[in-house]
Amino acid sequence: MIFSEITLGHYLALSSLLFVIGLAGVILRRSLLIIMMSLELLLNAANLALVAVGRFQGIPDAQVAVFFVITVAAAEVALGLAILVAIFRIKKTTAADQLAGLRF
Amino acid sequence: MEAVFFWVLAVALVICATAVVLFRNPVTNAVCLVASLAVQAALFITLEANFLAAVQVIVYAGAVMVLFLFVIMLLDVREEARRTIPWVKVCGVGIVVLAAALGIPRVIEAFPSAKKSLHWGEGALSGSARDLGTLLFQGYGPLFLATGVLLLVATLGVVVLCRKDPEA
Repeated sequence: MIFSEITLGHYLALSSLLFVIGLAGVILRRSLLIIMMSLELLLNAANLALVAVGRFQGIPDAQVAVFFVITVAAAEVALGLAILVAIFRIKKTTAADQLAGLRF
Repeated sequence: MEAVFFWVLAVALVICATAVVLFRNPVTNAVCLVASLAVQAALFITLEANFLAAVQVIVYAGAVMVLFLFVIMLLDVREEARRTIPWVKVCGVGIVVLAAALGIPRVIEAFPSAKKSLHWGEGALSGSARDLGTLLFQGYGPLFLATGVLLLVATLGVVVLCRKDPEA
């Protein structure tokens, strides 16, 4: 029963699992590059949940929201990677735990 | 049939996403992320979001990941050195994963709703570019323009951030 009929719950469960995996990446990894990739996983989990809810509840506007999320995520990646390159030029590293310049 | 598609795609998505987090070579991570984004595009198609699936492949798996790979090449990032395992973090993540695994059947049972038909307005039920475009420009025009401004500002910001010598 739980395997044969796909409901909204299946998609939401998959989305939450994806979110947990991405969150683990953000917490565990030290390289800023990998942390940004994990952030993309988080955004995609949210996208999947939005599309699924829109499809099962009959709300097409959810797809417009996902459209905007994808656009803003592209801008975020571009800016984040630019900051990463700028940091690398000064510090010669992308490890998050070595960027403690504001700590005193 | 649809259930088979869903389960195959779901397992592939979870495996690819886990690989993104676990592997130590950044290029491997990026390739796994491309794979997971492509699988998610296929999931969008099962949800009848066809245009979004195309956008997902073109923008995410195409443009964004090329950006990631360019930066990986540019920075010559080496593999993260292995470190002694931080047991507190491992236990914490283990508890979270366990809770998620136990909670998944409950989530599935909590939302038993079947699919409803989408009301795109003109009776077309496909999630095509035309449907989404109509919806976008009818109700979200100002937001669309604001997104354009955001992209412009982001582009300028990247150019300013990446200049060799900001003082000159």
